[in-house]
Amino acid sequence: MSEIPGDLKFLKSHEWARVEDDGLVRVGISDHAQAQLGDLVYVELPEVGASVQAGNGAAVLESVKAASDIYSPVSGEVVEVNEMLGDKPETINEDAYGEGWIFAVRVSDRAELDELLDADAYAELIENEDH
Amino acid sequence: MTEKTVLNATHRALGARMVDFGGWDMPINYGSQIEEHHAVRRDAGMFDVSHMTVVDLHGARTRDFLRHLLANSVDKLKVHGKALYSCMLDEQGGVIDDLIVYFFDDSHYRLVVNAATRAKDLAWIAKQAAAFDVEMKERPDFAMIAVQGPNARGKVLGLLHAEDRPRIEKLGKFAAAAAQGPHGMPLFVARTGYTGEDGFEILVPEENAVALWEALAAAGVKPAGLGARDTLRLEAGMNLYGQDMDETVSPWEANLGWTIALDEGRDFIGRAALEKQKVDGVKRVMVGLVLDEKGVLRHGQKVLTANGEGEILSGSFAPTLEKAVAFARIPAGEPGDIRVDIRGREVPVRRVKYPFVRDGKPCEGI
Repeated sequence: MSEIPGDLKFLKSHEWARVEDDGLVRVGISDHAQAQLGDLVYVELPEVGASVQAGNGAAVLESVKAASDIYSPVSGEVVEVNEMLGDKPETINEDAYGEGWIFAVRVSDRAELDELLDADAYAELIENEDH
Repeated sequence: MTEKTVLNATHRALGARMVDFGGWDMPINYGSQIEEHHAVRRDAGMFDVSHMTVVDLHGARTRDFLRHLLANSVDKLKVHGKALYSCMLDEQGGVIDDLIVYFFDDSHYRLVVNAATRAKDLAWIAKQAAAFDVEMKERPDFAMIAVQGPNARGKVLGLLHAEDRPRIEKLGKFAAAAAQGPHGMPLFVARTGYTGEDGFEILVPEENAVALWEALAAAGVKPAGLGARDTLRLEAGMNLYGQDMDETVSPWEANLGWTIALDEGRDFIGRAALEKQKVDGVKRVMVGLVLDEKGVLRHGQKVLTANGEGEILSGSFAPTLEKAVAFARIPAGEPGDIRVDIRGREVPVRRVKYPFVRDGKPCEGI
């Protein structure tokens, strides 16, 4: 299990959010989640310009095993999607916290970020899940 | 309480992701299911299938009993060690389970049935066996390792006692024989499988299973989980009990007609129902589907045809083809343009003849 980067915030459903220098929030899934899903084979990305709500489905990941909804940790407008995942969905398996990001949001309510788990709380959550 | 095979600690030491499979704690993968799939298609992989149920049948009338119990005919088995795939049906022609039967002699046969159906299978077999005075003896003392892939047989042969090698090398498809493995351990080696590749399924005494697994690993055979086993058998066009057929389905509706032997004068369970269905014609058929667009076909998705709705049975991303394939049961008749409902979106699919993959290569038209 790789280290959980300290600058990330998490939903209990294993999505991460990272506030970037330009204020955008980049979203992906945790390394723990990618390992649970297994080999990813298809990613259904949101459209650029779509509006997303915190806690609602925004993308779908399909692994060999199952399809999983990806919830947005924050509300706002999708301003970027990771087009590379179209050809290389396995990027999420290989680098869940980096190259495997899924979409980026211009947030409408920054207070929502305070509702998310920090890295330590998330680490504890998955620790308990494993036992 | 989930059951564990004798290889459980070995899987965990390899870092396997474990899941509950029919009441057994089994490895679904050891990292990448897709890499394990390719290892079997291109080289050699091994699966712990010790959860499967092995049953020996003994008694003077065992052959008569199996002629009654099974929809395929054990009369086809004439040589010691020869194997046959068959369905076991109820009186309505519904499939109780599918299995492999091995022939030793007219008074001794061996069955290998599914793990998830163990209790109901054993109850059914025992009930039917009483009238034939056949003794049913479960063999939990065996572990079972399937070694599959184009190089699987070669790697297994290298581990056998030199005296046994030529004989096991000549073993025909769907035949089995005893042989000595590493350190003289007694093996029952069958040239069968569930992947569409050549290889062996090996019964080994439980106490020798870890040593055999380790010897195979040292010979370059890659551990593969039940996840890869599922995508391999789907590509190979092989049914999975519980997903592609069960008691509510007759073999005609599950593309298993080839396993039904309507040989003269053999009164097997379900025969009358099957013959009636054959005359009347079946209302549903099982077909192969390919999705050329992105997305994954999955069990339970709705299939739309000109004659009404059907459903996806086994469906998955197929690693050899790099697209999704599935079995579906749809209304009989010309289906027109077939579509599948994937999360509310109607996606066009192509009906194809399967297997989808044979000898490591995509079949024509897939």
